[in-house]
Amino acid sequence: MTDTLPKAPLDTPFGPGIDRVEGPLKVTGTAPYANEHTARRIGSPTHPLVGFMVLSTIAKGRLVSLDTTAARTSPGVRLVLTRDNAPPQNDWGPLVARDRFARSQPALHDDRIRFFGQPVALVVADTLETARAAAQTISATYEPETPAVTLDEKTAIIPPTLNGFKPTRTSIGDFRNSYAASAAKLDVTYETPHQSHAQMEPHATTALWDANGEHVTLWTSNQILNSAQKGIASTLQLKPEQVRIVGLYVGGGFGGKLPWFDDALLAAIAARMLKCPVRVAMTRQQMFTATTHRTATRQRIRIGAARDGHLRAIAHDALSHCASFDNFVEDTTTITRGLYGADAITTSALLNKLDLPRSDSMRAPGDAVGMIALECGLDEIAHTLGMDPVALRLANDTQTDPTAKRPFSSRKLAECLRTGATRFNWSARNPTPGQHREGEWLIGTGMASAMRYNLVRPSQAEIILSQTGHLTVRMAMTDPGTGTITILARIASEATGIPPDRITVTIGDTDFPPAAGSGGSFGAESAGSALYNACETLRLRLARTATTENGPLANIPLSTLSFSNASLTNGTKTIPLTQLVPRDGLTTQGSIKPGNEAKDWSQASFGAHFAEVAVSAVTGETRVRRMTGVFACGRILNARTARSQAIGGMIWGISAALFEANPVDPRSGQFTARDLANYHVASHADAPHIDATFLPEDEPVSNPLHIKGIGEVGICGAPAAIGNAIFNATGIRIRNFPITPDKLLPHLPEISL
Amino acid sequence: MKTFTYTRASTVAEAAKRATPAGAMPIAGGTNLLDLAKPELINPDQIIDITRLPDLNTVTRTSDGTVHIGALVPNADLAAHPLIRQHYPVLSRAILSGASPQIRNMATTGGNLLQRTRCIPFYDPAARCNKRTPGAGCDALHGPNRMNAILGGSPSCIAVNPSDMAVALRVLDATIHVTTAAGTTRTIPIADFHLLPGNTPDHETRLERGDIITGLTLPPPPPGRQVYRKVRDRASYAFALVSVAAIIDADPTPDASPHIRSARFALGGIATKPWRIPAAEAALADQPLTRDALNRAADLTLAGASGHGENDFKIPLARRTLTHVIAHTARNPIPMDPSGAT
Repeated sequence: MTDTLPKAPLDTPFGPGIDRVEGPLKVTGTAPYANEHTARRIGSPTHPLVGFMVLSTIAKGRLVSLDTTAARTSPGVRLVLTRDNAPPQNDWGPLVARDRFARSQPALHDDRIRFFGQPVALVVADTLETARAAAQTISATYEPETPAVTLDEKTAIIPPTLNGFKPTRTSIGDFRNSYAASAAKLDVTYETPHQSHAQMEPHATTALWDANGEHVTLWTSNQILNSAQKGIASTLQLKPEQVRIVGLYVGGGFGGKLPWFDDALLAAIAARMLKCPVRVAMTRQQMFTATTHRTATRQRIRIGAARDGHLRAIAHDALSHCASFDNFVEDTTTITRGLYGADAITTSALLNKLDLPRSDSMRAPGDAVGMIALECGLDEIAHTLGMDPVALRLANDTQTDPTAKRPFSSRKLAECLRTGATRFNWSARNPTPGQHREGEWLIGTGMASAMRYNLVRPSQAEIILSQTGHLTVRMAMTDPGTGTITILARIASEATGIPPDRITVTIGDTDFPPAAGSGGSFGAESAGSALYNACETLRLRLARTATTENGPLANIPLSTLSFSNASLTNGTKTIPLTQLVPRDGLTTQGSIKPGNEAKDWSQASFGAHFAEVAVSAVTGETRVRRMTGVFACGRILNARTARSQAIGGMIWGISAALFEANPVDPRSGQFTARDLANYHVASHADAPHIDATFLPEDEPVSNPLHIKGIGEVGICGAPAAIGNAIFNATGIRIRNFPITPDKLLPHLPEISL
Repeated sequence: MKTFTYTRASTVAEAAKRATPAGAMPIAGGTNLLDLAKPELINPDQIIDITRLPDLNTVTRTSDGTVHIGALVPNADLAAHPLIRQHYPVLSRAILSGASPQIRNMATTGGNLLQRTRCIPFYDPAARCNKRTPGAGCDALHGPNRMNAILGGSPSCIAVNPSDMAVALRVLDATIHVTTAAGTTRTIPIADFHLLPGNTPDHETRLERGDIITGLTLPPPPPGRQVYRKVRDRASYAFALVSVAAIIDADPTPDASPHIRSARFALGGIATKPWRIPAAEAALADQPLTRDALNRAADLTLAGASGHGENDFKIPLARRTLTHVIAHTARNPIPMDPSGAT
């Protein structure tokens, strides 16, 4: 039998969780964000020059001319960048790309206006105020065309694939006959609006070129630095190694910083032309048009069920949009394919290519909106059947993915439903709508399942153990406020037995090994697994060094060794790691990429949402009173930040259910909400007591850490639970989200005296 | 933002004089002015800081029960002031229902009276707006007007006055005190202070160039229970869809309709200025609380209301909210809980 070193333990009790490593920097305002880098170099001004973007005021047409005379002659203005003086760039694309965030995305390169709020010029000046004032003197002449900005099945196309290269259509069983033979049937359409990420930190970049103008460093706010590096290099006709992206602190991403945007490109172009560092930050108003958003959807959901609640047939057909020049397709029906063991499940998608800004990922793309139709639809069928909504879901639970036809690696949906029902006191509910009134307020409860498929993306890590015993982690990973830095430190500490105070996690730099970045709930398991593997290699190297003939643990079997307290021990003999590290330190690498486990198993995080709402019988205002969320996501790395992810998703569910929408003015093609006064997300007063729990779960196959994604499952189903609670409170079913007072108002009872 | 000069005035007379030229604007809390100046929706070339003017930062009560509020009293302080909480709770609640704590700390009493509309085209440099550019046209009439006015509008403008404080002041019959550039003083009843847009929506108040608001007075509180009910999309930090400031003096009668001695009410969120109709109040005075009486009051309040598409719902919403507030206040001696929490 071969002598092998035991794997690093993964059972360390994490207790109530650990504080964010960078928390003190963030709450004291001393963590430097992209717009705050001074980017000094010899010969440069003290501060970078500041660029301000000028955006188009039509949605479609031709930019005939720009009058920049006043801007160019304004005091303090260094450059007015337009299509007349912008350098050559690669064309947009390719349209179909394995990594769409690494595509070429030129700006100011032609005279086409493709959406309202498209950058048409950049003014660079000594100060923000000067640049902005000069930018506002620029006038544009357009040849406008009528933009198409409204979802319309009649002009829709069938897209070749959905986001993530998922198939557009799926079908199991015989929907037509199963549906026809169902005792209870539902055939309704749900609608969800355009939504904007509205991150706290606006998109911003500071650019600095080396003296030869060959290498550029971009401090930017982005979720996947390696993709931004490739994309910007491709656009500027550079090699990726000529572009270094640095983004340690990111003030919220939510998918809206998966792509990189014109702030980065135009800062890079201007800094090269001016031979000075340049920063470009979007204003709050600019963010709403010059970045991406979540598409509006129109979803037809048909559900057929037997009298006992067995689901016989589900059909989910979704319409969404992408920009005229893009190919993003919201995968609205993904969860419908796998959540319930119905006899027949069919899904399909249609796509409008519209003259709007690009749609792209926003927290739980596809699922956050798709689960509204599915989980409100389930509630409607439960009501028709006179069946408890929890019981209906339990009756259709499955350990086999019905469409993929493979087992789930772990699935505790039923446990989440039961635990949630108990914690929420679901059994006290009156299933008849509109029965519980407290003064002005109608009270109701609702629930929904939660599900989000799991993803691992290729990632690499490098760790360096110094002779003083300090461990440094290096990877081009990002932490958009999710707590990644903290869990990476924890993973390294757990795997190597080195205390966290002797570990430094350095991420956010493409000079480090490439990492998956943050998105799709894949960050922790991708980057974390790569780091874990690097730690495994380090452990083996240290153990082998210790057990060589002349080593301090000579002749001791590897299988008896373990790492703790910065030492290697067999229980009787303990050697500090510092004695095993060469003078130059010890460096190891690790990596992860999706393997066969992703083909043999369906992997997903599951959960259950319960919500209690109060709806004013007078005004239709809805206030969420309490929510319970129970989730099973494999092993939890940090209870504290995991809970933050869960409650963040649930509060976002409140926003999606009740507030969030960015309608387009069909005349101009412009989003009508361009600030946080008009784009409503939940305020503190809207976030009630939230009980969020993770169940212990053994996830056997997903990755070496036995974790599943936790970043998005919290929003999946949450809006539906609130919509269902509103129905229970009022007997009113609103299928057009968000559920605002004006939509409930026509159905409310007469005012009582 | 265009470059401007910044000076600090040390007396009201100096402030009034400096604020007289076109392009000059006084600044106090700046919570609205700076938001508007950055995207060049307004373009002052001189900013006169009036925050250091003496003696404008107090709330005092005279022997006849009148309360005087200095123009520079921050919204937060005013809402928390014992005199206001005790005698004018409708004003405290109205102020606290608006904005955020940070904004209320900065915003002043005088500035709140002058806050500009939140109409979406008004805030959009690419849209047409008669308020910003007289004669340009109005992109709200047939556009994004969910938050816009159903009353007091004109073909030129349907922008809502967004102040909560002003609605409470309207029901309390506040009087605004002004010092003019000539050094004289005058008073303006709150009813007359804000102008209907008509053909000149850029002209929003009775103030003339160089006028400085020095404060306002509140007459002794009228009898009755005071309430402020703000209907809004989210629980905090949202402008009103409809708001009702009401003072209802009624005899609660446990098993019968209460008898209303007097009812005062003003509405916000639905009109181009705080909306109060004396005839509607008269319809309820010395009446039992009946559906007919409430319907008459609501009909009179909302006479001439018209929706513009997205804001059509405000007509039934205003009627329902007004009806409920009057009926509920007349019946209940305890304050309503506006939060939905119990």
